[in-house]
Amino acid sequence: MAPRQPVVPNGDGTYSLNLREEERALIAAIVPDLRGLLADDPNDEMLTRLFPTARPDDAEAEAEFRDMVRDELVSKRLARLDIVAELAEATALDQEQLAAWMGAVNDIRLVLGTRLEVTEDDEFEETDEADAESVARSAYWYLGWLLEHLVEASASEL
Amino acid sequence: MTPVAPVEIAPSEVWETTDDTDVRPDRPWKVIVWNDPINLMSYVTFVFQKLFGYSKEKATQLMLDVHYKGRAVVSDGPKEKAEMDVFRLHEHGLWATMEHDD
Repeated sequence: MAPRQPVVPNGDGTYSLNLREEERALIAAIVPDLRGLLADDPNDEMLTRLFPTARPDDAEAEAEFRDMVRDELVSKRLARLDIVAELAEATALDQEQLAAWMGAVNDIRLVLGTRLEVTEDDEFEETDEADAESVARSAYWYLGWLLEHLVEASASEL
Repeated sequence: MTPVAPVEIAPSEVWETTDDTDVRPDRPWKVIVWNDPINLMSYVTFVFQKLFGYSKEKATQLMLDVHYKGRAVVSDGPKEKAEMDVFRLHEHGLWATMEHDD
């Protein structure tokens, strides 16, 4: 059996999104979590990977840079999370919507990966455990698989 | 199509300056992307292609430098350009910094 292709370019600037019900349910559940966290407190330490330090050598310049970009980085992230929440049941995406999915899925992975303290040597382990850490770990690996396919579909149109 | 008549300009007119102004291109800032354990290699390559218009080969080489050497200079230029590049890399979730090229 050929591996399932969750994101297929249609060749006309649109993409088919073939996700299972439980995958859509996961996304519909996880997107509002990150949205809430971002809207409430962008300085939460779980979100540090979304706002890296630009000027590690110069605290004053770093503070200036932060002032200049922080609000826009937050609003762009909220906007793409909103697009994904709205399109959690969509079966077709246009290019802009695909880019929003890719950005949002990557953001969620960054936050989950931070929470799970992922290292480069981590490998996927299948588990039936239902504790919070195992569920988050499964979501992290699933979203990596989905992101890989979102990237592949996007790169086909470069 | 109308051919364009060649215009002759002596090199001295182009390069000679009347004062001691530094005429080197204004590229004193470097934008650096650092390795991290979360971002996918394919995603990083794609972002370099999308943001900077790099070929697949160049973007892949930069991604491999990030992965194996820990960091790569992905662009350079005047301060405003470097800030914009860092902003766009942060928007895409990459760990980017900028530093002055002394």
